[in-house]
Amino acid sequence: MELVCPAGNLPSLKAAVDNGANAVYVGFRDDTNARHFAGLNFNNRRAGEGIRYARDRGVKIYVAINTYAQPSGWSRWQDSVDHAAGLGVDALILADIGVMDYARERWPELRLHLSVQGSATSAEAVRFYHQRFGIQRVVLPRVLSLKQVRQVAETSPVPVEVFGFGSLCVMVEGRCLLSSYVTGRSPNTFGACSPANAVCWNETPNGLETRLNNVLIERYSADQPAGYPTLCKGRFSVSGNTYYAIEEPTSLNTLDLLPQLQSAGVAAIKIEGRQRSPAYVAQVTKVWRAAINACMRDPEAYTPSEAWLSALDLVSEGSRTTLGAYHRPWQ
Amino acid sequence: MKGEEQVKPVPRLSLGPLLYYWPRDEIFSFYQRIAQTPVDIVCLGETVCAKRRTMKTGDWLELADELHQAGKEVVLSTLTLLEASSELSALGKICDNNRYMVEANDMAAVQLMSGRQSFVTGPAVNIYNSRALSVLASCGLKRWTLPFELSKDTLASLHRDRPEGVETEVFVFGRIPLAYSARCFTARAHNLPKDDCQFRCLDYPDGLMLRTQEDESFLVLNGIQTQSARTQNLVNELDELVQLGIDVLRISPQSRNTEQIVDVFHRALHGETTVAAAESQLQGYMLSGECDGYWHGQAGMTMTPVSAGLTVRQD
Repeated sequence: MELVCPAGNLPSLKAAVDNGANAVYVGFRDDTNARHFAGLNFNNRRAGEGIRYARDRGVKIYVAINTYAQPSGWSRWQDSVDHAAGLGVDALILADIGVMDYARERWPELRLHLSVQGSATSAEAVRFYHQRFGIQRVVLPRVLSLKQVRQVAETSPVPVEVFGFGSLCVMVEGRCLLSSYVTGRSPNTFGACSPANAVCWNETPNGLETRLNNVLIERYSADQPAGYPTLCKGRFSVSGNTYYAIEEPTSLNTLDLLPQLQSAGVAAIKIEGRQRSPAYVAQVTKVWRAAINACMRDPEAYTPSEAWLSALDLVSEGSRTTLGAYHRPWQ
Repeated sequence: MKGEEQVKPVPRLSLGPLLYYWPRDEIFSFYQRIAQTPVDIVCLGETVCAKRRTMKTGDWLELADELHQAGKEVVLSTLTLLEASSELSALGKICDNNRYMVEANDMAAVQLMSGRQSFVTGPAVNIYNSRALSVLASCGLKRWTLPFELSKDTLASLHRDRPEGVETEVFVFGRIPLAYSARCFTARAHNLPKDDCQFRCLDYPDGLMLRTQEDESFLVLNGIQTQSARTQNLVNELDELVQLGIDVLRISPQSRNTEQIVDVFHRALHGETTVAAAESQLQGYMLSGECDGYWHGQAGMTMTPVSAGLTVRQD
């Protein structure tokens, strides 16, 4: 199983490489990738440096160009594909059919992966991208149970990559418009969910309030730790009850499922978090490297060590983790 | 109006798939009423949750035949988020129906029909640029629906550059389906697991309201689907939609007043009422506010003041 780790800048990329990633995925500094945050990501020169660093150490670089291009911005997506191809990256991670069509035609030798933002949840959907664009891997959305992952892996024309750890999207990726409904910007159109420019923090007599484009997402009492107002992870009221109606602030962690993912034929484990610090990348990469090594050595004897789990809890949203949709009762 | 502008054909009206879960009898009587309206196209089928089984595929086909006999163009809509293999085989049966056009709401459906038969796409198939539209046209696409979050500028560009023989549809009235999940939020609201949801969606003919802690109506939970609480209403943009030459305008079913809504749009399109009068009639049919932000390239939930929306009419 390949370990695919995130990097939002060169120090993170080096941290991933130094701690045992098999591949590192990155994005350029614009809205062509789904972590389009201020100060994050790579310009061409930095990307070139990163590629040399990784390649000298036998690690691959993938470039995510995984948002959706509209006519007014089309040239940016085209340029990103051309830049990545020019840099000699190992694969592009794409979501948009139009962008994929361009990449296939212009750079026929370039390896393509279908991004999680492509929303392919079945072998049939994967086949569409494989037949037309020759994709060589698919990243599955975080909505499938373990059994369903196994079914897709068995019947998919290409190997599957799944998310192992990091921030959890509750909605199927690539088809969630909650963020653009509230702020005008979504992962698809802008490369960010609940973007920072729409966030407001207010101390009020009712406690600390977090708002997104003036919609109240969360209200914290003095003793509660405040988190970023990702709009699906606030408390809302349904039938008079106020609770996390969509999802709690929590991270995905599938360390427990590693042997099952391996036996299901999963080819790669992806770590979420290009927006996170180099320290996060180092920590998470190190734990997952050790876990994958242990699992490959002897899957039957594999158990996640307490040290691994507590190291991951420390960097998790709300210091909590879940198995997410892999575990049926979560659904 | 500029004198050189050609007279554009009036767009046809479509009724999107029923997004909620209603008892079988109510679904049948709903579509019997729809058969009497001036709607041109009717989309039938379950697009949200495969566990909703009061209507079998055969029931939908029976309704399709009735509506076809009433002079409606029938489209069979398909599931948006496919997970279990049983859902894929059900999808295959609908795609192979050999009688009615099928609306793909996922790339699996597109793949099943590609190169074999014509198909249309719903708003959850991500067509954001002309190159994507061309690829799908080469696969057999005959009509596409604008994804919700795209603006009139993107629409105008894609529609202008569309491949020969491809029609464009725009969602003009209804709560916006914003997201799909593995998790069932209606079951969660009742502390039930999805696998034992007890079909609670039946209790909410227009979905279950989610409010902010300030009691603002925000979203609507509809099983695994999350919708906008506000109704997207593009009645103020009818002139522009006609001028752009959009082929089909879509209205989304709701438990009450759907026939009246169809009627209002039909009369406005055919000059039997003004847009202002239509807008004021529609006020009474929206369940919890209105919005048109996506059309203007803004946050979807925002509503442009009516005066701004009507400036196109000041000749």
